[in-house]
Amino acid sequence: MPDPSHSHDSDAAPDLSRRKFLRLAGGAAALSAVGGLLAACGSSAAPASSGTSPASASAAAATSGAAKPSVAASAAAAASEGAAGGIKVGVLNSLSGTMAISEVAVKNASLMAIDEINKAGGVLGKQLTPVVQDGASDWPTFAEKTKLLLQNEKVAAIFGCWTSASRKAVLPVVEQLNGLLYYPVQYEGLEASKNIFYIAAPPNQQIIPAVTFLLEKGWKNMYLLGSDYVFPRTANKVIKAQLKAEGGTTVAEDYTPLGNTDYSAVVSKIKASKPQVVFNTLNGDSNVAFFKQMKAAGFTADNMPVMSVSVAEEEVAGIGVDNFKNQYTAWNYFESVSGDANKKFVDGFKKAYGTNKVTDDPIEHAYAAVYLWAKQVEKASSTDVDKVRAAADGVSFDAPQGKVTLDGATQHIFQKAMIGQAGDDGQFKVVWDSGDKALQPDPFLKTYSWGSTVTGS
Amino acid sequence: MTSPESIPRVRAAAWYLLAALGIMAMLFLVPGMMSAFRLNLLAKYLCFALVALGLDLAWGYAGLLSLGQSVFFGLGAYAFGMYLKLESAHGQLPDFMGWSGLDVLPSYWRPFGDPLFALLVAVGLPGLCGALLAYLLGRSRIGGVYFSIITQALAFMATTFFIGQQPFTGGTNGLTNFATIFGHPLKDAEVQVQLYRVTVLAVALCLALSLWLARSRFGRLLIALRDDEQRLRFSGYNPTLLKAAVFGVSGGMAGLAGALFVPQVGIVNPDSLGIILGIQMVIWVAVGGRGTLIGAVLGAVVVNAAQSAVSESFPDLWQYGIGLLFVATVLIFPGGLANGLQSLGRLALRAAASRRGEAPAPAEAAAELVRA
Repeated sequence: MPDPSHSHDSDAAPDLSRRKFLRLAGGAAALSAVGGLLAACGSSAAPASSGTSPASASAAAATSGAAKPSVAASAAAAASEGAAGGIKVGVLNSLSGTMAISEVAVKNASLMAIDEINKAGGVLGKQLTPVVQDGASDWPTFAEKTKLLLQNEKVAAIFGCWTSASRKAVLPVVEQLNGLLYYPVQYEGLEASKNIFYIAAPPNQQIIPAVTFLLEKGWKNMYLLGSDYVFPRTANKVIKAQLKAEGGTTVAEDYTPLGNTDYSAVVSKIKASKPQVVFNTLNGDSNVAFFKQMKAAGFTADNMPVMSVSVAEEEVAGIGVDNFKNQYTAWNYFESVSGDANKKFVDGFKKAYGTNKVTDDPIEHAYAAVYLWAKQVEKASSTDVDKVRAAADGVSFDAPQGKVTLDGATQHIFQKAMIGQAGDDGQFKVVWDSGDKALQPDPFLKTYSWGSTVTGS
Repeated sequence: MTSPESIPRVRAAAWYLLAALGIMAMLFLVPGMMSAFRLNLLAKYLCFALVALGLDLAWGYAGLLSLGQSVFFGLGAYAFGMYLKLESAHGQLPDFMGWSGLDVLPSYWRPFGDPLFALLVAVGLPGLCGALLAYLLGRSRIGGVYFSIITQALAFMATTFFIGQQPFTGGTNGLTNFATIFGHPLKDAEVQVQLYRVTVLAVALCLALSLWLARSRFGRLLIALRDDEQRLRFSGYNPTLLKAAVFGVSGGMAGLAGALFVPQVGIVNPDSLGIILGIQMVIWVAVGGRGTLIGAVLGAVVVNAAQSAVSESFPDLWQYGIGLLFVATVLIFPGGLANGLQSLGRLALRAAASRRGEAPAPAEAAAELVRA
């Protein structure tokens, strides 16, 4: 605190430096304000369109998270239930920062499922109260908000995360505080936490079938391109081992920083090394730049097929249908999948969030995750984490993609793998699937003879 | 009635007493008043306060505006994170090395199994880096805005480097999933309380050190350096050494903050070395009041607490709110919170005194507020 001699020091500063300081501080504040503005613009895009056609009053309350603080929404919900009390569940995604463009839709899908369940009578006769938090595309923030949700809000489960890095940040927190995370995005496998349910594809439900598909087409020389982080690196480790075992070759392996947009060097390398196919594990905006620059260099699906594992309907719009026509992607769900469950899901999503919105694999998995948890709770007759986990094995849900079933041993789901080819309308035509029998999840590649070369055991 | 000369001494004693009481309250009263989650957050804010303190010493006193203070903070955090990672691995290879294709622990990782070594590196390496950087730039007479730009470039380089070295640094994921510290599980509430207390003590000691430095001859030389480097040089002092010294201390404080941050937050990733955090650190000092030291501590705690509070209540809109808050603070308290509070206090005192008819006119008191 101020003391006599100290105040003398600060008074010694002449006015010039004070003015300089003012300018600097003002500049810094303006900078941060602009930053906040930009980030918030990205995150508020989806909810803004939802305001025009609210599905229902309660859906509006849940979906227009941008306009209403979650605390107010949860307080209102709690009040409406009276003494019975609701069940709090956490929804944790990046609503600001670089990942917001993908994760806002995932948050919306979770909220839509929660709303549907509530309208159908809730879980164990109680209404679900979503507590939405922003991970801000920052991994320590994900860890902090997980602590908030578990320690202060005492939520029964958390739905969310997208990047592997955010999941890795949340993992020690849910383990130490014995919480539950439902993770909805395909990932690199090689992970098992008793506090995480992986409602998404490990490599054996997405990447490995995609490589097999390419090999069967006779495209044996592959160029591996990915963003520089844990998912592409591990995925490529798996692909290289598979190619070695099944008679393919890795022409080159290339990584670019996340958010990279200059692919001229990569395109030249592809031109020079003449692979038969590119296996693409790029993430986010980089895909837009890569496919545009491929097209500009004269590469199309006819002379250079590309198999992508992180490009879904949502991203195709950004890449441009022309640049992506007839290219392949591997997922467990496409918006074009037939069936009543999918029709209801797609209609519901468009009604709540805008007719221009598309659904895709992570959105569908986030939606299914809430239902799977609800069914586990019903089976266990409790929201207790240990009881919910024990009830997992065999719980199934008629998801938009088809029936999915929880595997208690790995805490993953049995599901189909599919490969789609992009059409003129930005939708995918399913050109291959793994058949009616769902694939067993195998995150540690135990069912493959070459699996041990990847896991090192 | 005391004699007029002893009044400052009495006042100083009163301040010491108040400071001691404040520290005792922070150490023993606060942990009982807060939930484990809030206490953990407060500890994080205090870690940031430690960085802000060092930054204020360099920027507020010596005029060295560093936009890359996050680099020193991140280096400290990584160094101590390496110890936590090795301790949690129980002699095995840390998890991320396995999935990044490493089979053996790199040799330079080995000594980090010793917490004392890790702590030494966490404080020493950023300190040395800071001193060396300031020395080299000072020797080349690079100062002012160019100094700031180079420190910012450093933050960019450090982030890119740490992301690219995934097998050795954990890449984008960073280092996380720590289990124990000195053999005690990190999830224990008691361990977290002790870590919080250590953080409070660190902030108190560093604040005392900074205040002492600022009031010493060294502090006056720093102000001279900030206000007229040429004159200082012609008076026979070596500005380069002064810069190296103050920036070294500043870097060391940031490193210590990083080492305290890691076990309490549980993760360090390349963003902890990055440009955005580097700019935020400057904002904390600016909001708190540059060149006041206590203001830096206040600014870091207030800004981060506001950020937590607003983002929890308005997860979709919080960044607008924080932006407005900065603009409002700068407009209302151009000299920062510390100066603003001080002038408000002085204004109140004088108003009270003038009512008793023994103090200067209110106009003079108002001028005081404007001046600050």
